[in-house]
Amino acid sequence: MEQFQELLSTNPFLLLCYLIGSVTFIMGLKMLSHPETARKGNMIAAVGMTLSIFATIFLYKNHNGEGLHNYVWIFAALVIGTVMGTMAAKRVQMTAMPEMVSLFNGMGGACAMLISLIEYNGDLQPAAGKLLIIVLGMIIGTVSFAGSIIAWGKLNGRIKDRVVPGGQVINFVIFGAILALSAMVVGGFTNNHTLFYAILGFAALYGVLFVMPIGGADMPVVISLLNSFTGVAAAFGGFLYNNPVMLTGGILVGSAGTILTILMCKAMNRSLMNVLIGSFGGAKAGGPAGAAKEQGNAKEISLNDTAVLMAYAERVMIIPGYGLAVAQAQHTCHELEKVLTEKGVEVTYGIHPVAGRMPGHMNVLLAEADVPYEKLLEMEDANDQMGGVNVVMILGANDVVNPAAKDDPSSPIYGMPILEVEKADHVIVNKRSMKPGYAGIENELFFRPKTSMLFGDAKKVLQDLVSELKNV
Amino acid sequence: MIDQMLVFFNSNYHLITIVILSIFLGIEVISRVPAVLHTPLMSGANAIHGVVIIGAIIVMGEAHEGDILSLVLGFLAVILGTLNVVGGFVVTDRMLEMFGKKKKK
Repeated sequence: MEQFQELLSTNPFLLLCYLIGSVTFIMGLKMLSHPETARKGNMIAAVGMTLSIFATIFLYKNHNGEGLHNYVWIFAALVIGTVMGTMAAKRVQMTAMPEMVSLFNGMGGACAMLISLIEYNGDLQPAAGKLLIIVLGMIIGTVSFAGSIIAWGKLNGRIKDRVVPGGQVINFVIFGAILALSAMVVGGFTNNHTLFYAILGFAALYGVLFVMPIGGADMPVVISLLNSFTGVAAAFGGFLYNNPVMLTGGILVGSAGTILTILMCKAMNRSLMNVLIGSFGGAKAGGPAGAAKEQGNAKEISLNDTAVLMAYAERVMIIPGYGLAVAQAQHTCHELEKVLTEKGVEVTYGIHPVAGRMPGHMNVLLAEADVPYEKLLEMEDANDQMGGVNVVMILGANDVVNPAAKDDPSSPIYGMPILEVEKADHVIVNKRSMKPGYAGIENELFFRPKTSMLFGDAKKVLQDLVSELKNV
Repeated sequence: MIDQMLVFFNSNYHLITIVILSIFLGIEVISRVPAVLHTPLMSGANAIHGVVIIGAIIVMGEAHEGDILSLVLGFLAVILGTLNVVGGFVVTDRMLEMFGKKKKK
């Protein structure tokens, strides 16, 4: 309170800028949750952020009334960060968006970690309250940084899922060690500075081990969770500097991010605990996958037959998945849809909430190819209409159409709502090979009587299919 | 130690109020978001927590000329914070650009 009044008496303009900044963040988040206003909301938050940053640089004064210095360093860093950030964000492929978000999130976590390090070095005898904030900010920032980097590596395939036996126990022990060490450092039981760095090391290790066993299909949830962690770390910075905009921005993201994480879990019909304990990807996949291999043969269908089947269908539903994104086939897919529509076929898209690598991933991708919004059906609507569909075309999706989620209680994805493609007359699955999907589970659907396989890269297959269709 | 905590609470009363209100606000603001917008919203929120850069700027701007360690770490912190902010907003805009295009059709 005192600091606040002090800040107010010396820096009314700075506080005003911070207030505007906070309001833009709230408005920005609000507008980001509606399709029509989303882009504008993002812009508004960006303007508020720019204002807050420049106000800090030029108006900030410390307790002695001195402004900031080292302007050359500050501006050099700002320019380097802006150029690198813009280039990375502009160049990244639509398919790689999720890992980009994860990487930027890691940068924010690392920033919070560095602030705590510098503050600790600068004030070796801080009050317990300040020290607590420094330590907590560092722990959360570090976990977020290390975790985000692992999530980034997993999404772009550099790091494979690895299940350490007894991993849960190890994580628990590390978590306990972090708590114990923090209590010792903050409680003033020791003046040993190496303990502080031990906390840093343990936090980094915890971040790595926390994300490592979680399967790729759950990565969006993890990124969203780490995102809210970084928000909280930023808020600790707000406490450290009595800075209202850091506080509102950080806490808003912390709480909104947590809710978003829960919403994403709900879309997959799972609890957050279930995701974090990490039974999805590695651990259980071995058993049922091995058993499912004795399923007999999948039958193949030729391009020509596919074209004929689709051309004489009344209703076709396309179900896109990560394979479509990888092959960058969204434009060709839109072309197929147009050719079919010209032939009087009614084409819709069935979008599973977690198709691709992130919720909403497919919507973004298809929107890029100018697919009309009305043609994209959410899962419930798609399932309602599935009975009247003649041909379902599955493009590189796998786990989201796996019937094991409904019938096989031993399957790691049991309980996840799926697109019930078997209610349609014919199911055509385009895949590059018979390999299981990202969750590492065999898909029984491929061996069902209604299903035919059309092997090949999604883009190539779609191109050929479009030219075949023109000849039908 | 308890005394120190109480003093801390007393002198940070306003900040603590902001925290509590912001928690509820954050929950309210996004509780009815369509699944389509989950990814852009996450990305936008990601850019907003880049506000941590303000802390980095203050640390950097208050570091003494001779304090090389603080200068170097602060410099790095400002770069990382800027990456978070700029990259975050630009990526979000690119995702949302797609939604705008389709509306015109």
